[in-house]
Amino acid sequence: MATEATDAAGKAAESAGMPQLDFSTFPNQIFWLVVTLVVIYLVLSKVALPRIASVLSERQGTITNDIAAAEDLKAKAAEAEDAYNKALADARAEAGRIAAEAKAEMQAEVDAAMEKADAEIAARTAESEARITEIRDGAAAAVKEVANDTAKEVVSALGVDVDAGSITAAVADRTKG
Amino acid sequence: MADEKDGGGLVFKPMDQFIVKPLFGDGPVGVFTITNVTLWMALAILCIVALLVLGTRGRALVPTRIQSIAELAYGFVYKMVEDVTGKDGVKYFPYIMTLFMFIVFSNFLGLLPLSFTTTSHIAVTAVMAMAVFLSITILGFVKHGFGFLSVFWISSAPLVLRPVLALIEVISYFVRPVSHSIRLAGNMMAGHAVIKVFATFAAVVWIAPVSIFAVTAIYALEVLVSFIQAYVFAILTCVYLRDALHPHH
Repeated sequence: MATEATDAAGKAAESAGMPQLDFSTFPNQIFWLVVTLVVIYLVLSKVALPRIASVLSERQGTITNDIAAAEDLKAKAAEAEDAYNKALADARAEAGRIAAEAKAEMQAEVDAAMEKADAEIAARTAESEARITEIRDGAAAAVKEVANDTAKEVVSALGVDVDAGSITAAVADRTKG
Repeated sequence: MADEKDGGGLVFKPMDQFIVKPLFGDGPVGVFTITNVTLWMALAILCIVALLVLGTRGRALVPTRIQSIAELAYGFVYKMVEDVTGKDGVKYFPYIMTLFMFIVFSNFLGLLPLSFTTTSHIAVTAVMAMAVFLSITILGFVKHGFGFLSVFWISSAPLVLRPVLALIEVISYFVRPVSHSIRLAGNMMAGHAVIKVFATFAAVVWIAPVSIFAVTAIYALEVLVSFIQAYVFAILTCVYLRDALHPHH
């Protein structure tokens, strides 16, 4: 076929040098070209192009929606962060308040304890002073008694009979000053 | 080109790949004959259906590989139409998408070994270019009436120059379909013919490595050209469409 297909048309082409200029094949080519273009046009305009257009717009819609959803989530995340920061600040303030309260309470307790201790110390001091006074008084009386007794013994040893009352008066008179 | 050389026994037939012949039997090529043109155009349709219809069957939110290629093609052409023609040109997007997908798949299928490149035929590209030219001219007149003629009247130029510029503009306007179609067909034909010539040289032992390297290199270039020519055809259509929609510069 390929070798001997050079019939009238083929020979005409060969003599012209270019099969492109073999006008006898033009009607055939043009006919099939028109058929082909019409078929392609119908397939494209009825099926392929609307389908691709709808797929593309659908995808565009999905992308737009997804971006909107992402923005939404981002806003929510920012909100949550704000709430977290606020809660943190509140907690810090609360902790500070509690610490101050505890400190004040402890201060009050310490103050009370100090006061009590001070009062006790004052009471003890007063008691001690009373006892010291008592002891000192006791000592003075004992000294007087000892002086009386000693004076009596000394006077009796000297052989002088003196009334006990006058000796006591004399000792009291001497030790007064 | 297709004559035999005597020395070395090399047979250069780089243009044979472009011959239109019936698929079944050896009869003459009539209007409705099923030819290799029919086969490769049908394959182009199948590829487009496989990519843009079967590939997007899942309507997946996270696209599969084929679906993302389909979406890429859609976005590429859609953005081109919107950028060049503006918002009001978007309703012509399916037509431009049709042209672009047909050309890009025909070009790529033509790169398969032993294949037939439908877009290398001036008959094919000229029909597309004329269709673009006529529909855009008609659209311009329907939208703007005779105001469409202001596309030739450069109001920003000095008044003296305007008639001269108008003449040039008119000529360039009518040359558009010619350049539009020959650019595509010429690129595809030349690239394929060059590959074939180098492939023929591969039969000679001492030059075979160079020739095979050249075939590889030119093939890579042709892959690029296949896409770029489809892109150029589509973007020029958009540019012409913009003139029809907004004739006032």
